[in-house]
Amino acid sequence: MRKKTWLLTFAAMGVALGLGSVAAVPANADTADKKIALSNNYAGNSWRQAMLKSWEKVTGQAVADGIVAEASAFTTSENQVTEQAAQIQNLILQGYDAIVVNAASPDALNGAVKQACDAGIVVVSFDGIVTEPCAWRIAVDFKKMGAIQLDYLAEKIPDGGNVLEIRGLAGVFVDDEIHAGIQEGVAKHSQFKIVGSVHGDWAQEVAQKAVAGILPSLPEVKAVVTQGGDGYGAAQAFKAAGRPTPLIIMGNRQDELAWWKEQKDANGYETMSVSIAPGVSTLAFWVAQQILDGQEVPKDLVVPFLQINQGDLEKSLETTEKGGVANVEYSLDDAKAVIAGK
Amino acid sequence: MLQRFVNPRLLRSALPALSFAILLVAIFYTQPRTMSYFGLNLMLQYAVPIALATLAQMFVITVNDLDLSIGPFVGLVACIGATFLYETPLLGILMLLGCILLYAAMGALIHLRNLPSIVVTLGMSFVWLGIAVLVLPTPGGKAPEYLKALMSLQVPLVPFPIVAAIVIAVVVHVALMYSSYGVVLRGAGGNPRAVARAGWSLLKTKMIMFGLAGFFGVLSGLSLIGLTTSGDAHIADRYTLYSIAGAILGGAEFVGGRVSPVGAVLGALTLTLAGSFLIFLRVSPDWQIGAQGAILILVLALRALISRGEVR
Repeated sequence: MRKKTWLLTFAAMGVALGLGSVAAVPANADTADKKIALSNNYAGNSWRQAMLKSWEKVTGQAVADGIVAEASAFTTSENQVTEQAAQIQNLILQGYDAIVVNAASPDALNGAVKQACDAGIVVVSFDGIVTEPCAWRIAVDFKKMGAIQLDYLAEKIPDGGNVLEIRGLAGVFVDDEIHAGIQEGVAKHSQFKIVGSVHGDWAQEVAQKAVAGILPSLPEVKAVVTQGGDGYGAAQAFKAAGRPTPLIIMGNRQDELAWWKEQKDANGYETMSVSIAPGVSTLAFWVAQQILDGQEVPKDLVVPFLQINQGDLEKSLETTEKGGVANVEYSLDDAKAVIAGK
Repeated sequence: MLQRFVNPRLLRSALPALSFAILLVAIFYTQPRTMSYFGLNLMLQYAVPIALATLAQMFVITVNDLDLSIGPFVGLVACIGATFLYETPLLGILMLLGCILLYAAMGALIHLRNLPSIVVTLGMSFVWLGIAVLVLPTPGGKAPEYLKALMSLQVPLVPFPIVAAIVIAVVVHVALMYSSYGVVLRGAGGNPRAVARAGWSLLKTKMIMFGLAGFFGVLSGLSLIGLTTSGDAHIADRYTLYSIAGAILGGAEFVGGRVSPVGAVLGALTLTLAGSFLIFLRVSPDWQIGAQGAILILVLALRALISRGEVR
């Protein structure tokens, strides 16, 4: 009986030692021969260009460091579901171990994604996520992105007032989500009232025209809630109408940040800016690498969005290219933090 | 000199098969992994809906017209398939039948008012797209289980897309090229006046050909959602160009009722393979459309060369 206990103790120690040595091996040991591909559906705006650049930069370093064998980016020539599905199938045939997807459609790629999973390939979708259960999703909490704008307003303007909402592209899921978040925020902070809502299509010119069109019919506007890419246009519309500039939430675009800085220097203007960093592609890369490494990763991850506050304005503006979007690239440790749910 | 040994007519009809074979060998060479049941299945899966859309286009080309609305039409069918056909099958089937009838009516309109088909179909393409967006405003819906099961069928030995392509090609080829009414239908494109003089109704032939195009468009849309498992109004926007390119690659001519169903199916397969080939070669996406065009021009140039021999 006593002998048996000893044996058990030794066995336990052996297991513990074994585990210890496994943990001591750097996490990149198991993925050195793995190949990861990026399947991207669109490259036609500044956000996507920044996304691809970030991918190239971070994965290029990872390949050079021997963390993975290859990490190529593939973009379909036109934003078409069938084309991307065929592209994913071809990536399966090329023997990639993981495919990172920014999908053209949340549902219509499910067939191809399932085939990839069945072939033993890890599929990680981000930004444009897929609903197929076998894939991982790095989603943006767009609802929260809407809600925090009202939280910020409540802090800055405790008395509340009239709010103008600029929405995105009608019929797109992201627009609906942010809008829902803003409505939630208004319900929570009932001192604010949405007096008008226009579609700015995430573009400054469109937003400017839309705001200019609705302004004459509006009472005094205290604040403008936005979806990104529309704050500068809104500011211009207010200026052209000769009305006092309200508190406009910005969306991390360079022109918006530059305008904010100008106002800040001139009259101490205060606001905040929020959007998703295009570098989220690099987060998806590290998540795929971690899954290949054998780490336990939950299927649904939430990516933190990039918020710029009054204090970080100068620094963010400095690092943002003209015509670009404020960006942040993720490191392996960032990915581990996201996976751990921190 | 060469013409004496090689019959240009034979060469011309062999050209689609030849270009397909060359491309296939090139793909096997660059990516040997494709040379398997699994590989061929994956690579050619999306060729099935394209082949069906190409045949639809070919029917319209047979009667000297061109259909610029087939892509959005396939998208509409996909949307109906992912919504009504799934939730209320009977209503879904009725709607799809209605779509086919509308297509036939479009043929009648083009014939009766003597309108250019390009204008009518271009206009209709926006109508189809509009209805599709009404049916399914944001991408989603669910494909009926039987469609999914059919499209992911595992046939022993030969991958399903190849079996499907052969069956589709042979059935249409026999019906159009060897049946007596098939000859009349092609004649309506080759020499409409003679066909009319012989007592055949040109209106009827046009309606039948457009109706067939609608029918194959429906088949294309249903097979497409069988693969994607859900619908999207813009799912098949590219199909208009694919179908024209596929039909022409397959030996069809824009006028004269000169078409080949087997060729059209091969043309669709070739187009699909060309896309894969360029990805395997790692051609940058900016160049891919251009490269695909170059392949098209190459094949057409070859055909023009052969045709010249034929005339002599």
